[in-house]
Amino acid sequence: MKNKIYLSIIITFLIFCFVIFYNGLNNPNIYTPKINKKKNIPIFEAKDFSSGANIRSGKIFEKNTFYVVNIWASWCVPCREEHELLMKLSRNKNIKLIGLNYKDNFNNAKKFLNELGNPYSQILIDKNGLLSIEFGAYGVPETFVVNKKKTIIKKFIGPINEEILSQIEKIIK
Amino acid sequence: MLVSQIGYYSLILGLIFSLILSVFSIKDLNSFNRKIDQNIFTFSLLQLTFVVVSFLCLIFSFVKSDFSNETVFNNSHTTKPLFYKISGTWGNHEGSLLLWLLVLTLFIFLFIIKSSNQPKKYRILTLLFQQIIIIGFFLFVLVTSNPFNYLFPIPNEGLGLNPILQDPVLAIHPPILYLGYVGSSIIFSSVLASVTQNYISSEWAKHIKKWVLISWIFLSVGIMLGSIWAYYELGWGGFWFWDPVENVSLMPWFTLTALLHCILVLERRQLLTSWVVILCIASFMLSMCGTFLVRSGILNSVHTFANDPARGIFILVFLFILIFLSLGIFFIFHKENYKDEKKFFLLSKETTILLNNWFMMYFLSVVLIGTIYPIFLDVMSTDKISVGPPFYHKLIVPFLIPFLIFMVFGSKLKWIKSEVNNKNLLVIFFIISIILSFFITKNFVRDLFLYPILIGVSLFLFFTTVVEFFNKKNVLSQTIAHFGFSLLILSILLNSILSSEIITNMRVGEKYYYDKGVIFFKKIEEKQESNFNSIVGHFKISDKRGNITNLEPELRVYNQPTIITSEADIKTTLLKDNFLVMNLVKGNEYFNIRYQVKPLMLWIWISILLISIGGMISFFKEKNEK
Repeated sequence: MKNKIYLSIIITFLIFCFVIFYNGLNNPNIYTPKINKKKNIPIFEAKDFSSGANIRSGKIFEKNTFYVVNIWASWCVPCREEHELLMKLSRNKNIKLIGLNYKDNFNNAKKFLNELGNPYSQILIDKNGLLSIEFGAYGVPETFVVNKKKTIIKKFIGPINEEILSQIEKIIK
Repeated sequence: MLVSQIGYYSLILGLIFSLILSVFSIKDLNSFNRKIDQNIFTFSLLQLTFVVVSFLCLIFSFVKSDFSNETVFNNSHTTKPLFYKISGTWGNHEGSLLLWLLVLTLFIFLFIIKSSNQPKKYRILTLLFQQIIIIGFFLFVLVTSNPFNYLFPIPNEGLGLNPILQDPVLAIHPPILYLGYVGSSIIFSSVLASVTQNYISSEWAKHIKKWVLISWIFLSVGIMLGSIWAYYELGWGGFWFWDPVENVSLMPWFTLTALLHCILVLERRQLLTSWVVILCIASFMLSMCGTFLVRSGILNSVHTFANDPARGIFILVFLFILIFLSLGIFFIFHKENYKDEKKFFLLSKETTILLNNWFMMYFLSVVLIGTIYPIFLDVMSTDKISVGPPFYHKLIVPFLIPFLIFMVFGSKLKWIKSEVNNKNLLVIFFIISIILSFFITKNFVRDLFLYPILIGVSLFLFFTTVVEFFNKKNVLSQTIAHFGFSLLILSILLNSILSSEIITNMRVGEKYYYDKGVIFFKKIEEKQESNFNSIVGHFKISDKRGNITNLEPELRVYNQPTIITSEADIKTTLLKDNFLVMNLVKGNEYFNIRYQVKPLMLWIWISILLISIGGMISFFKEKNEK
């Protein structure tokens, strides 16, 4: 009797596994996350890149301004690719571009900006990567659009391109 | 052209002989002859021969770069060195399955000729169960992944082998790992046969122990080779990433290790029989499950060669047929033997083995959940998650402490009933280990609880096994394997605590100063090989003590297919590895440099070898351990 119960439990479980795997096979396995959840920006305190002072998030993000938060690092090759577009984006007066310097060496980061230009109105240091995790980042580079109510409304994984740039500009209008 | 034909038809002949073999085995099962029908040996040999011929044909096609064969066209190129042409044979989906089939037929042939002292019915039933697996794989190869498909018109050039697979270690990694995986198929067939015959006994344990050891040794070495490859080829500077594909090879290793210890118990006493049966079945099922996860494309990794859902569905259905078959046999035929049950004393080797088995099962479930759960979640909720190292570390590392302590006591205790001898010595060792580890770690770790204790208990095991070497009554295989294990844990822990890393961008001629020394980027050179061009960077690293290390990492541009890979340069010494890898920064004269000092890397590999050597000693020892 006891055996029969075991057996039926095991068989049910196995059939369940089979169905899951069977469906899993037909799913595309290329990683394409959809971010539809609107999320408020995290409350945090971080070191400022230029002054070295600790700043609270409340002071960085003001209401009634659009922000674009870009996570970058000097060692990240795709960050170089997208940098030119960020420079272009920074000329847009309606937004403020915040840089999140992810797990980087300060001197290298400085060199990187000297070489390619600084598009950011403010840069925060994320030495151990925790802040980026709180933002919900998957890796570098990543770009978040924050609306006037301090809510993250859009997130782009990987380097931005012309298409994404025009999307961002559309959102802001 | 002709060779492919021969290969294809030998496969079909192989399948036909498997069917004939099955029919003869069923006939022989009911005959009254004491001995196995001579025809069975002949057919088994013929089956093996045809698979070997087929495999040789595929190798020949690869060597000759016969691009009329689709598999060769997809995975080879005329400019490849001969060595990689040959290893390319199993560096792809079709070829690797043919290799799998080859090992299956080879092992059952060896089993049938080596098991003459076993009961006839048991041998024939094992052969029959193995034929089910073999026929399944024959059909899989012939129906969904035929390695001998034609191409017409014949292309002039092949597509080439994925450059990261063009590597000497990786050339032998798949065959070794397969010997481990497929070895467990014999254990599986054998346990099903002995359950139906009610033959789970100490005689059976003595006989199957050799097969468990074979597959365990090959699996250990195979995992190590894969890990060495990932260490220097992928250039991430780590050796274990908890990647699903790595996990998949680790899971059968857990069950095999547990099984190996339970078999030792069963060899002496009629205990843990159900447990042994379950472990035998689980080992092979996990190997199959690994093949399914890796080959079906349900996971994305370097091992995924093709994403043809038909293949995945075939293995999936086959896997579940085998699972249900084994479940059915287990529930219908298995009878627990209770006669020895009452003599299970708390303080005995059996108890510690059982306890460590539970820990092993716990580790297994952590890894299993971490690997499978993302797939489940994806299907059920379309949420994508990936489970990373912190999950495994948090769940596994703390439980290593009791695990290691039980290992110390387990090897001290005797079978059936025992007492702890030399209590004082053990206590002294324990205290010394903890103090020593505190001094080792206090300068490096902030967490003054977990690491010192963990290093302490590994040192404890280390010391006690070292002392064991001088004990005349020691069991050499066990002592070496356990010594290797303590060394492994110690090296991994110290490696993770003491590793240091520098990442920076540098130009040729530049010097980079860091707190312990200078990195000097001397020059770059260009080099040409038949299958790639490369840029070699010359670096000189001098530390404050005046030690100078020259490192020459490479950037390789493979021609077929065109892929850039970066080859780390690693200088290995007894105490530490210096690891340097460089990457091109696009459109710039800067190179991204990653320099790592990784202590005790060599010892990680040595300790895994020691563990395997322990297994080998046990394998070659004629008399049983006392």
